[in-house]
Parts: sequence; C-alpha cells; structure tokens
Amino acid sequence: MALSVARFWRKIPQRYNLIGTTCTRCGRYFFQPRSFCPDCRRAGNIVDHKFSGKGTVVTHTVIRTASEQFEQMTPYVLAIVQLDEGPRITAQLVCAPDEVCIGMRVRPVFRKISSDGDSGVIHYGTKYAPAD
Amino acid sequence: MRDVAVIGAGCTPFGEKWNSSFRNLFVEAGILALEDAGVAGEQIGGLYVGNMSAGRFIEQEHIGALIADYAGLASHHIPATRVEAACASGGLSFRQAVIAVASGMEEIVVAAGVEKMTDVASGASVDALAGAADREWEGFVGATFPGLYAMIATDYMNRYPLTREQLAQVAVKNHFNGARNPIAQFRQEITIDTVIRSSLVADPLRLFDCSPITDGAAAVVLAPLDRAREFTDTPVRVLASAQASDTITLHDRRDISTLDATVAAGRRAFAAARLSTADIDLVEVHDCFTIAEICAIEDLGFCRKGEAGRLTEEGATALNGDIPVNTSGGLKACGHPVGATGIKQVFEVVQQLRGEAGKRQIEGAAIGMTHNVGGTGATVAVHILGV
Repeated sequence: MALSVARFWRKIPQRYNLIGTTCTRCGRYFFQPRSFCPDCRRAGNIVDHKFSGKGTVVTHTVIRTASEQFEQMTPYVLAIVQLDEGPRITAQLVCAPDEVCIGMRVRPVFRKISSDGDSGVIHYGTKYAPAD
Repeated sequence: MRDVAVIGAGCTPFGEKWNSSFRNLFVEAGILALEDAGVAGEQIGGLYVGNMSAGRFIEQEHIGALIADYAGLASHHIPATRVEAACASGGLSFRQAVIAVASGMEEIVVAAGVEKMTDVASGASVDALAGAADREWEGFVGATFPGLYAMIATDYMNRYPLTREQLAQVAVKNHFNGARNPIAQFRQEITIDTVIRSSLVADPLRLFDCSPITDGAAAVVLAPLDRAREFTDTPVRVLASAQASDTITLHDRRDISTLDATVAAGRRAFAAARLSTADIDLVEVHDCFTIAEICAIEDLGFCRKGEAGRLTEEGATALNGDIPVNTSGGLKACGHPVGATGIKQVFEVVQQLRGEAGKRQIEGAAIGMTHNVGGTGATVAVHILGV
C-alpha cells in the first residue's frame, strides 16, 4: 500500500531514531509514542524519549507468504522485541531463519523497509540484528 | 430491555464464487433468511451489515444503503447501517441488531454479514487483511496476519505443552465437520499428515493451519421474543450479547498467548446469561488459524491454559465430544468471508438448536455459543443462544 509522503515523513523521528515518549509522572515508556498516558490519563506529563533500541526477542516467526510490498523479500524473520525500557515492538530481524530464538539479545540497525513500486517513495526504518 | 429472538437465518454456500458479485451474495443470503423467517420485506424495520473491507476488495464503500437498495428496500427508506470491526464485523453487526430490538427502537431487524474477497489478487487480499492489525507498527514492517498468529503459536508452544500433531488435529477435526456441512468451502476430510506436510506460511503455521480466502454472505432476522411465534414455531432466544476490546497491536498485549478480550467478553456473556461453560452444548469459535482455536477454548474458560491441545487430541472438541467446537467446520473448513463469519456462526448455532444440522447434529443441543474475533484479539464478540 502506498503511503503519502507526509504520512511517512511525520514518522521519521520514530522510525529512524527510535524517538518515543515517556510519562514523567509514572515513569512508563511508550514506543510507539503515545501522547496520552493510559495510567495517569489527564494527570500525566508526556515528553520525548530516545530509546537505546537494545532489546530481547519475545516471540518470532519466519514470513514465507507476504503481502505485495514484501513478496520479494521472503523468507524474512519477524519478531516481537521487548526494548530494555519495557515497551514491545514488532520488527524484522536481520538474521537467518534458523538463527532466531526466544531470549536472543538484539540491537537496532537502520535499513530499507519497503518501497512504493519502482519509482515511488523508499521507506526506511529500524530492523534488529543479533547483538553480539 | 426486551428479550430478543432469532426468527430466521440464511447463508450462501461459502467458497470462491467467481459467478457471484458482492450484491448477488448479499441478496441470496437475505432472501434465504427472510423466507426462513416468513417475513416480508416491508416488515423489516432496520438492517445492519457486517463488512470488513469492501473498499479494498471491490472498491466500494457505503455498503448499508447499497445492500438495502439491492434487497429491494430502497422505497421503504429503512435505516441501513454498516458495522466494521475487521473479522469481527459480523459478530458486531449481530450485536447492534440485538441492541436495536432489545431497546425497543426497532422491531423486526436483519443482521447480515458479507465479504467478496476473490475479486483482488492474493497479495492484495493479504494486504487488505493486514489492515485488521496496526498498519503503522505491524503491517508497515512486513507483519502479515498469519505471521502475527504464528508469533502467538511460537510463544504458546514455548510455554505450554502443545505438539505439532495436536495443533494439526484442530484442522483435521474442522475438516471432518466441514465435510458434513453443505455450505462449507472445503468438504474433504484431511489427515494430520495433510497439515504437517503442507507448505509453511509463517513458521510454525502451515497452509492447512490457516483459514482460506472466501466469498460469502449470511443473514439472520431478529424480533422481540414475545412476537417471535407470530413468525416461527422454532424461535432461538438470544441469552447474552457481549463485546470487548484490547490493544490493536499484538505486541502491546498483557500476554501474547491470551486474548484478554475473549476472556472479558466470555465472562460478561456467562454473567448476563447466568450460565457457565458446563451449560454450553456447542461453541463456534474464531479459528482463523489452528492456534486461535486452541487459545479460544481456553480463554472462554472451557479448560485451563495449556490444556486445549490435549483436549483436542482426545476428541473432547469433536462432534461426539464433551464440548463440540466448530460443528460448522469453523473458519478453517467452512471458509472465512471475514465480514460474514460472525453471522455464519449464529446461523450454525440456530441450525443446531432447531435440530436441523443433519450429519453434524449435536443430539439435544439446547444452548450454543459464538465467539468472533477482530484482528489478533483487539475486538471480540461473544453470544449465547438458547431454545
């Protein structure tokens, strides 16, 4: 699905640099960023937070049948990663299918995620690689 | 609040319906339901239709009015409302119709569901379905629907005893039931070997762990219980209607392998009906993938976490088991036209409670349950029906 330039552009801080948010009242971290704390609600105070990106694989799969945009990349490893600050994210892992395991430590790497056809926008973002 | 009854139900055969358009499918199901109820078109006071993504599948929005029009009701100007919650659209459509009748706002109401999925190529349908999850933070990075449920399966199998064969048995059992259902998309029995030798889609899920792409429509007619016998000798009473929500992303859930929205909706339904799992004679659960049926059986409370694989292997969920699950063949074998599925589940329970389920009939079935999930568990609708 083609994203408009603006729709992708406003996510650049998050996708390139892992800028999320944190609530200074309760100390909870949010990635994807939230502008409203589910715990403190209107009493919360949300500010930006740059995540280290280091984390641990919680669960994983290998995608062998993909949607149109990702068809040429199969097979690829997809995982839920728990960042050290607490939040979880879904991301591709840059490793072989038989390399991934639950509990594996990972670090963020800047990668091309997809593109809108041959002449459209190229979408970049963060994938994860084995940490060692 | 008034008590509500289902007075008629109809469903098209499910499958790849190359000769049928979205409009044909809906009209076919609607006529079947109205004929079954003995209700004339002009008696219909409202129409709710569950549909996930006509915008992506046939580039058509504004489905409520379209359907009322092609059902021949344009000149009656009835209120016609589309309801959307991804794969739970049908369940929510039914619930909206129940609320409309129970409140007294509307009298005779049609709840329907329809999806025409095969007018786009397979890659496009995979992408449309990915919209049931979080487009920005799941779909964007290449997460597919089978991929998300596969991550549930990986987590589950790491924490609880569930063998590859037990997981496959879910599909084997549902194909056995589907082979006995005249509307099912797949009417062939399969073996455990069929499943574990099929191609990998998203590890550990294989092709035969996955529900198919399906065209189809289903419709039911609702009326106040105290008027139901004006139309039918076999009204089916709505004993509970419950709905719950949870985080849109799988990764934000409290527990990857528990659908908390299923737990919440199930508890609310049992409380409203003043019933427990022991009272349920059959249940239609949302088995979009084999692992989803395992989770559903547990999260609705039919057994403890980690036991559903063994129960399935022992035959407890089969037609002749203690708690028959997915007598229709489920999403796996009956097919999964996403917006229609929640209504088809009601259609199956209605057939069972009236004793009209043929070779799938559960002897003496008096109380049945439906469980319809949107996305990976962000929306769940649970209904209990009884005679």
